[in-house]
Amino acid sequence: MIRNIWTIARRDFRSYFTSPVAYIVIAGFMVVMGWMFSYILRDFSLRMMQYTQMNMGKGVSITDGIIRPLYGNMNVVFLFLVPFITMRLFAEERKQNTIELLLTSPISLAQLVLGKFLSAWLLILVMIALTLTYPIVLLVSGNPDPGTVAGSILGTLLLTSCYIAVGVLFSSLTENQIVAGALTFATSLFFWLVSWAAGSAGGVAGDVLNHLSLISHFNNFSQGLITSADVLYYLSFIFVGLFLTHRVLDSYRWR
Amino acid sequence: MIQVSHLTKRYGPRTAVDDLTFEVKKGEVVGFLGPNGAGKSSTMKILSGFMPATEGTATVADFDVFTQSLEVKRNVGFLPETPPLYLEMQVEDYLDHVARLKQVAKGDINKSIDTVLEKTSLGDSRRRLIGNLSKGMRQRVGLAQALINNPRVLILDEPTVGLDPRQIIDIRSLIKSLKGEHTVILSTHILPEVTATCDRVIVINRGKIVAQDSIDTLTQKHGEGTVFKLALRNPSPAGLEYLRKVQGVESIAANGTGNTFIVKFVKGAEANRDQLVTAAVQQNLGLLEFSAERASLEDIFLKLITQET
Repeated sequence: MIRNIWTIARRDFRSYFTSPVAYIVIAGFMVVMGWMFSYILRDFSLRMMQYTQMNMGKGVSITDGIIRPLYGNMNVVFLFLVPFITMRLFAEERKQNTIELLLTSPISLAQLVLGKFLSAWLLILVMIALTLTYPIVLLVSGNPDPGTVAGSILGTLLLTSCYIAVGVLFSSLTENQIVAGALTFATSLFFWLVSWAAGSAGGVAGDVLNHLSLISHFNNFSQGLITSADVLYYLSFIFVGLFLTHRVLDSYRWR
Repeated sequence: MIQVSHLTKRYGPRTAVDDLTFEVKKGEVVGFLGPNGAGKSSTMKILSGFMPATEGTATVADFDVFTQSLEVKRNVGFLPETPPLYLEMQVEDYLDHVARLKQVAKGDINKSIDTVLEKTSLGDSRRRLIGNLSKGMRQRVGLAQALINNPRVLILDEPTVGLDPRQIIDIRSLIKSLKGEHTVILSTHILPEVTATCDRVIVINRGKIVAQDSIDTLTQKHGEGTVFKLALRNPSPAGLEYLRKVQGVESIAANGTGNTFIVKFVKGAEANRDQLVTAAVQQNLGLLEFSAERASLEDIFLKLITQET
């Protein structure tokens, strides 16, 4: 079971690195994150200077001034990058006809879907690991709340996994990678922003919309608060995405 | 080894495979012959566990294709119409990946890669990128992939399509060498392929089996008796008329624009060829050639697939 999932994940993870995909995505991510981090830092120290000059008390903490905007921005960057990571997962297998190899191998569809998910997830893990330098620098030189740091990282990982689940689903629906990527982006964005409509909808509908939104569940994480409701929301979001992928794959055989 | 009974596959209103029933014994090489779109690929996809049938049952290597599909997949090597290759991988890495997919035991992976590379004579290309290989080489990698777990049953969908004559001969002799050890079912629309590699042939048209037999029996059953080729230097109409009156001759028809003719005898009267030749010499027609032509598989095939339309 585990071995089969790993067989799938291993090949796909490796092929990120034998193609330019991994290098371009990681480089782009690091450039954007580095630029953001330095601006957040500059902004933060400017504000701190103003506070001290004007004698306005303690000002903002490192946690509120740096950690929160940093991971908030990282989520947006992933929203743009994940479609590029996931779009090929199934679409390319269909185009190259290798899907026939996978579907005539003694592995179950669930193992196949989990393996694909895992390969993209591992790449995300590498990317998040590379940005650990920022919180480490802050922890060494300042005093951010470790709970908030941990919660932000975990929340980012869960939120990004939801994008991946959406991406895996759309990749299984078309053999055109561009279409898969565009639909992944649009759908992830929709679930991100769906809470905007909550205000005008109001009442129960508003609550439902708010609860559906990917980003509103991130707020608790960015306060260092890990609640089972939020974790469960993300896990069920991922589950639904992967379950639908499983159904789509099953339907290949009927067409 | 393979048992198929009343297998039917419909795509919407279109019936691709219509009530197929056949059997393949252990160690046999069976050719699946039919024009394009006859339902060959659909049947093979069903047998490999890729897709389910609409009706009917099939067992491969003693496992039911529908209820025990994982077991079937473990015992079957499948080469689809387009070989399923990852172009950005090296031959060796690709085979390693397939071996893992097919759950070859970890310790045996390297050995089985070496074995299939040798069988398909790809040893020199093991570190080359599949994307850089020629079509014939890719086809061989596809075949190596199907062989990697030493499966009891091999299902090959048009294994020689798009290859040059030299490569075709190589692949055919490879398939022949698998006989006995593996049960092979291969599909093709090229007739000499069947004659060259198969013990038995199943002719299929519009999803239905129109004939299944060994090639010899098929030739005997459906052949129109022996046909002769006659070549004359100066065939005069009067001379030909004379020949047509020889006892036992059914017809003499011009074969193309040249001076060659196809002679048919009434069934059982083939021995009268002596008289025919004597007559041709007597009439001074300038006898160049007189030879027997066995009805080819091609004629039988055409006859079979046009019969019911």
